[in-house]
Amino acid sequence: MRPFTQHIGVVAPIIVDNVDTDQIIPSREMKRVSKHGLGDGLFAGSRYNYDGMKKVGLRKNFVLNKPEYCEASVMLGGENWGCGSSREHAVWALCDYGIRAIIAKSFGRIFLRNCARNGLLAIELPAEQIDLLAQSTAPAPQSNRVLIDLEKGEVQAPSGEVFSFHIAESDRNMLLNGLDHIEYTIQHEDQIARFTESDKKTRPWAYL
Amino acid sequence: MKQTLFDKIWDSHVVKELDDGTSLIYLDRIFIHERTGSIALTSLKDQGRPVRNPAHVFATMDHIVDTLPGRGDSTLMPGGEEFIKTMRVEANDAGLTLFDINDPRHGITHIISAEQGITLPGLVAACPDSHTCTLGGLGAIGWGVGTSDCEHALATETLRAVKPKQLRVRFDGELRPGVTAKDMVLHLIGKYTASGARGHAMEYAGPAVEALDIEARFTLCNMAVEFSAFTGIIAPDEKTISYVQGRPYAPAGEAWQQSLEFWNSLQSDSDAVFDKEISIDCADIAPTISWGTSPEHSIPVTAVVPELDHAVSEETRDQMRSAMEYMGLEPGQALIGLPIDGAFIGSCTNARLSDLRAAATILDGKKVAKHVRAICTPGSRLIKEAAEAEGIDEIFLDAGFEWREPGCSLCFNAGGESFGPEQRVVTSTNRNFRGRQGRKTRSHLASPASVAAAAIAGRIADVREMS
Ligand code: SF4
Repeated sequence: MRPFTQHIGVVAPIIVDNVDTDQIIPSREMKRVSKHGLGDGLFAGSRYNYDGMKKVGLRKNFVLNKPEYCEASVMLGGENWGCGSSREHAVWALCDYGIRAIIAKSFGRIFLRNCARNGLLAIELPAEQIDLLAQSTAPAPQSNRVLIDLEKGEVQAPSGEVFSFHIAESDRNMLLNGLDHIEYTIQHEDQIARFTESDKKTRPWAYL
Repeated sequence: MKQTLFDKIWDSHVVKELDDGTSLIYLDRIFIHERTGSIALTSLKDQGRPVRNPAHVFATMDHIVDTLPGRGDSTLMPGGEEFIKTMRVEANDAGLTLFDINDPRHGITHIISAEQGITLPGLVAACPDSHTCTLGGLGAIGWGVGTSDCEHALATETLRAVKPKQLRVRFDGELRPGVTAKDMVLHLIGKYTASGARGHAMEYAGPAVEALDIEARFTLCNMAVEFSAFTGIIAPDEKTISYVQGRPYAPAGEAWQQSLEFWNSLQSDSDAVFDKEISIDCADIAPTISWGTSPEHSIPVTAVVPELDHAVSEETRDQMRSAMEYMGLEPGQALIGLPIDGAFIGSCTNARLSDLRAAATILDGKKVAKHVRAICTPGSRLIKEAAEAEGIDEIFLDAGFEWREPGCSLCFNAGGESFGPEQRVVTSTNRNFRGRQGRKTRSHLASPASVAAAAIAGRIADVREMS
């Protein structure tokens, strides 16, 4: 995975509370036997116009459809962002669309767990700071970008203001080193091999 | 000393304590199914990562597969066939053991994992499915995971996790006539809420649990996740050992003797300390049924839908009100006598031979009410054949039940089938969530015998009056 050290990006605000994984990607968009290509289904319910079940063009007033946000790679969110069903498709859809970080007031527990393991940085900031970020980026999102520095644990608003944040140490490690959770564990492959070798001797009946 | 049953298994599987407070836990077995397993396998392949130990990985098709007689790969579920075909290709490529649709060992994941002797007492078995906790009935740690964790499991034979806290639920006394393991667990969740065991691994203990046969123990453990437990587990005993002995993947010869030694040590020490304890007197348990849209909305079948002012908080009251609206019920309304449209006996909760026998006892020589669509889906092909050898299929068919091929079936809309909007269904499954068995379908969870009783009466009935 691409390591996450610093990122500068266009910020798209969806500062609503309880944006659930169903809204992030409706179940009808999850038909594929793959994690890829799900970006098309991101926020499908709000992003597209429908004729029955068929998509018929984009909804002009949805934030991601506005020209000034078309390069968005950071999202701003409200409380309990990503709550609801544990479907990891929500995170896959965000990553596939090109989102690198989400800054919200708080996150759904499972969603948060799914973010780091897929290389998506999830940052919690107090409500006032989220509002400040929204205000300072909104007038010209393409030039008023935010800078996220994971090493320092800081988000810098276009106005120059700096907000610090903390994330779980293991998540930080994985993101900084571009390790997904499998690579993170594979670092301990020696121990796994040693464990199974000696375990096979103590519990031979457990091995097929 | 001072170890719980869960500690003994968990601690013996710690590969390493990591500096972030999690433990790296070795997994003895991994079981996958076509709905989530197919994605995990494809994704691993995309990353160029092999399955670390294919000998310990098993796969089946239960979630999407059709259960109508004469089925093939196609299902009514849009795009379903692709999952089935992908699973077949990927499982073969990865070198796993696949119990394909027409394999004589085919069936619902958690049922066949035990039936084949794949999961054994004292093992840690993971599966990308929340009802993996079922396997606790054998005294194993059944660990339900998401797709990413499943990939991690397949690639590394381990999972990373913080050890959960521990809860012991004791069932004292004896079950009264007509009361089953399903009623025990619905009673438990009804009393202590659907989040009663959040953050805890749960051990079921006490004389009434010891008295249960292994199949009933699976039912009890199956619904641990509906109680929000990390998993449910029961100490193995003589019954467990005779259940396991001679199963295809169970150890034999010298290995069998070694396994017995370990299994005999698998009880919580008398001085073990649990973070939380609950005890229930079985004399208080009646045949139990759910009225609402969460398993915690469970009450004795003879009771009435609760009054809203009994709710402890505003939030609970709102949830109850909306559940009643969805279910087409009023506070204070009796459940007995409510006309039903459907009856379903199946799922990893209650589709084993003893469940089918219990239902057949009620159905024998009787007819399902005309307006009721009744379906029975045995949990595995071996169960189906064993039932057929006893003539149980005849009893079901004569009564007017459909007799299906194994799979998850109408537990959720597996195979793309569902009951209709506002149809009231009594079901032996584990989840009565909104839309679980069809858009706007109203599901009432109950034991297989209670489902059979309702199917015959054409309305919700007290099984004690039918037997
Ligand atoms: S029978 Fe139902 S609960 Fe069990 S694994 Fe299948 S879908 Fe899940």
